[in-house]
This record gives sequence, C-alpha cells and structure tokens, in this order.
Amino acid sequence: MRSGQSGVDIQRAFRRIGRNWGLYLLLLPAVVLLLLFTYIPMYGVIIAFKDYSPVLGITGSPWAGFKHFEKFFQSYQFELTIKNTLYISLYSFATFPIPIIFALLVNQMRQNWFRRFFQTVTYMPHFISTVVLVGLMLILLSPGNGLIGNLFRLFGAEAPNLMGSAGWFSSVYVWSDVWQQTGWNSIIFLAALSAVDPSLYEAAKVDGASRWQNIWNIDLPMLMPTAITLLILRVGGLLGVGFEKAYLMQNNLNITGSEVISTYVYKVGLLSAQYSFSSAVNLFNTVINFILLIMVNRISRKYSEQSLW
Amino acid sequence: MVFPKGFTLDGYKELLNHANIWIGYKNTILYTAVGTAIGLAVNLSAAYALSRKDLFGRKAITLFFIFTMFFNGGLIPTFLTIRDFGLYDTFLVMVLPFAVGVFDIIVARTFFQNSIPADLWEAAQIDGCGNLRYYLLIVLPLSKAIISVLALWIAVGHWNSYFNALIYLNDKDLYPLQLVLRNILITNQMQSNMGTGEAAEIAMRLANLLRYSVIIISTIPIMCVYPFVQKYFNQGVMIGAVKQ
Repeated sequence: MRSGQSGVDIQRAFRRIGRNWGLYLLLLPAVVLLLLFTYIPMYGVIIAFKDYSPVLGITGSPWAGFKHFEKFFQSYQFELTIKNTLYISLYSFATFPIPIIFALLVNQMRQNWFRRFFQTVTYMPHFISTVVLVGLMLILLSPGNGLIGNLFRLFGAEAPNLMGSAGWFSSVYVWSDVWQQTGWNSIIFLAALSAVDPSLYEAAKVDGASRWQNIWNIDLPMLMPTAITLLILRVGGLLGVGFEKAYLMQNNLNITGSEVISTYVYKVGLLSAQYSFSSAVNLFNTVINFILLIMVNRISRKYSEQSLW
Repeated sequence: MVFPKGFTLDGYKELLNHANIWIGYKNTILYTAVGTAIGLAVNLSAAYALSRKDLFGRKAITLFFIFTMFFNGGLIPTFLTIRDFGLYDTFLVMVLPFAVGVFDIIVARTFFQNSIPADLWEAAQIDGCGNLRYYLLIVLPLSKAIISVLALWIAVGHWNSYFNALIYLNDKDLYPLQLVLRNILITNQMQSNMGTGEAAEIAMRLANLLRYSVIIISTIPIMCVYPFVQKYFNQGVMIGAVKQ
C-alpha cells in the first residue's frame, strides 16, 4: 500500500519534471560545473585529515586524524595569522557605515548633473585591478621618491615607510579599500533610498521636519534591512581577509603584520607543497566562518526578524 | 616634485620593447571575451530556470547553489581537482571551472521574477511555445538591463583577476596582463630602488615611466566600458541583489 503510494508520488514528480525538461537543461551547465569544481573539492577536503601523498591520491592516502590541526594550533604562525586576520577584519568592519553615510549624503544632492558626475567619479576606483592599486600605492607611498615622501620633505620631516612596516599594514590595507569601494558599495543603499515613498517626505514637510530629521526618521530606517543583510554576510567573512590584496602588499619588512590565514595557506600549500597541512588550516578557517554566519543569522532573526534564509 | 612637470611619451615607447606585455594583453582580451560569454550563458540560464515558480525541486536546487557561497573545499583540494582533470596550465582553466557566479545568479533570478510577467509564459505556452524557445526568444530580449550588468561584472572580474592565473598557470605564454603587471609594478619595485649615479637615475626614471604607462593602458579599456552600462545601474537591477 505504502510503496504504491510513493510510486504514484515518484510518477507525479517525473511528470512535473518532464513537463519542464527545458528548464532542467538550462540548469545543467551550472550544476555540472559546480559539481565538478566545487563539490568534488569539498569531498577532497578530507585530505586535511590524511597524510596526502600524490602517488596514493586523495582516497588512497592514509588517515592522520587531527594531526595537522594540532600542528597548526601549536605553531607560532597560529597566533600570528589569527591575530592579523582578526585585527584587519575588525578594522575593516568598523568602516562598514561609511558607504551608508555616503549614500545618505549623495541622496541629499539636488543638482542632477552634479550627482551623476559625483557618483561616476567615486565608482571609478572600483574598476582598478588589485595589482594596479597596489602598484600605485607602492609608487605614491614610497618614502624615497613617492608623493608622500615628497610631501613630508616639503615640511622637512622624515616620511614613514607605509608599505614596508608591519604596524602600518592594516591601516593602508583598510583605507585603500575604503577609497576604492565606498562609491561602489553605496549603490545598493542608494537603490534602497530611491524606493522611499515620496509622500513620506511630503508628510514630514507638513509637520515641519528638518533635513536631519528626514534622514534620521525616514532614510535611515529605510536602509536598515539592506544594512543588516550585508552586515550578516560581513560577519560570516570575519575570518577571511582576501588573499589577492594582502599577498600583493606583503613584503619582508611588513610580514609580521601582513601574514593572514589566506596568504599562509597559499604559501605552505602551493609554495612548499604541504597539501594536507594547508588544507587543515583552510578548513579551520572555513568552519569558523560558517559557524559565525549561522550564529549571527540566528541572532538577527531573533532580534530584528531579518535573516538570510 | 609634488606637481607634474613636462610631458613625455618615453614610457609608452618603452612599452613597445616589452613583448610580454602585449602577449599578456592578447591573453587577457581572449580570456575576458570567452570567459564573459561562457559566464553569461551559464549564469543567465540557471537564473532563469530558478526564477520559475513551477520548477519542481526549486528549493533544493537553490540550496545546492547557495551552499557554495558559504562553504568550499579551499585552495588545495580545488587545485588538486583541477590538476587531476588535466586542466592545469591550459587556456580552459581560465574561462570554464569558475564560470558559475552564485551571486550573479541570485541577482538575475530576482530580476527575472520581478520584470518578466508570469502571464507571458502562460500565453506563450498556449501558443505551443516550449521553455527553451520562450527563454531565448522572449525572456532574453526583454532582459537587456540585467545582461549588460552581468556582462560588466563578469568582464571586469576577468580583466582584473590574477589569482587563478597565479595558481593554475605556469606557461608564461598563457599569462594574462595582470600577472605581467604584477612583475613590473610590484616584484620589480623592490629591486629598482638600488644603485646610484646618472645611469641608475635614468634607468629608474624610465622604469617609473613604464609603470605609469602600463597602469594607463591596462586600466583605460575597462573604464571605457562602464559609461555604456551605467544607465542600467538603476534601482531595478540593484535592489534585487540583497532583497531575498
């Protein structure tokens, strides 16, 4: 009886799939690519618990338990990379309100041509590649013949070596990001602001509200859902300082301030071929991020009725 | 020294002596063109399918996509997989394996849901139009805004990325522009500040001019594309990005 029932269910499912077979065909390329290049590597992550040898392959290599994790926790790079990664993340996290403030300001601009000009100018840095950005910073921030060096010399002072000191690394990293992404990141908030019902402003005008009151009572609440969603995503990436820029900015002089988890994973993994150890470090990072994301999402759902899923 | 002085094209002349820059330029154009075409085809199709409420298993398939945003195998397992498939050091590795952009799919899916009326599909169905024909002949022509935006995103991503090339390429003839730039702008920067005397001074001046020139020629093309797409960056497209 029961098996007959499920047989009918399966038949019905097949009929529903068959009716829209074209849609599944459209999905196929993306699904196959994800299976091959994202889900298979997810299985491959088991080498973090093995002693990987290229000859034996992923499945054939002997198990090693938590050996590589323990090795990482006991190494001096553990404290260093975690500290740097967290510090840079939190620093960058603190700049989160800047695009929101930026969007609120742009939204106040009344001259249309000026507004468009201003937006285009502030979006442009987003299109500069990381390589070019870091190259520019090396040129401009050089204490010898860069802009900074010359400016300091103009006042008869010694310029700090911004690109070559561990202490300055996080500031240079975060503020160059702010310079490059503020305009771009504000787009999404501007979009949310453009959805404000104009009658709200009219009602506020009737009540004699000032500009600041408008921003505080109408604009800001309008941005909250978008801001919270982005905030949750940001927290989920708290232990993930991107590889691309950190690696390019890294040199022997600033290494104690610039070694983050992602650059460390690359170095021990690909440059010195400790595949299993590197995977373990990477997995540790991913798991922490995943837990953070789920926790923050849960807290947010409880207190603001906003969540990712 | 804070203000510019004089005008010279020496840097650009110096560019002509560096063959690897032009090989990189050619490679980047190829990767960007092919990569954007593949990316658009793969992501738009998936996004459209997921936008249809009558897709059986829609929730599970969406989860299959979203999950990869938050969890992945990491650098080494991905590297080993690519190598096992024989894709290491090939043209294909730069355009195919990472073509799926889940964020792009979500944005496009929201666009399709909001701007393609559901009645349209019902009407087309009555006229005997199948899913594929409907997607290609009706949905896509109505979706120029989202196609332009995604094309810009994907193209900029390909033009500017150096990570995949750094990991998956070894052959210098396959290097994209950004990897060549990295050598000129960053790796050589440390060495060039050494030496004294007039000859060293001239060499340094030329090296700096070369740096400025490559920055210009590598950045101008991608910036030129943006104004054409700007008009599509209105609320309709962007709001969908985070809402649901």
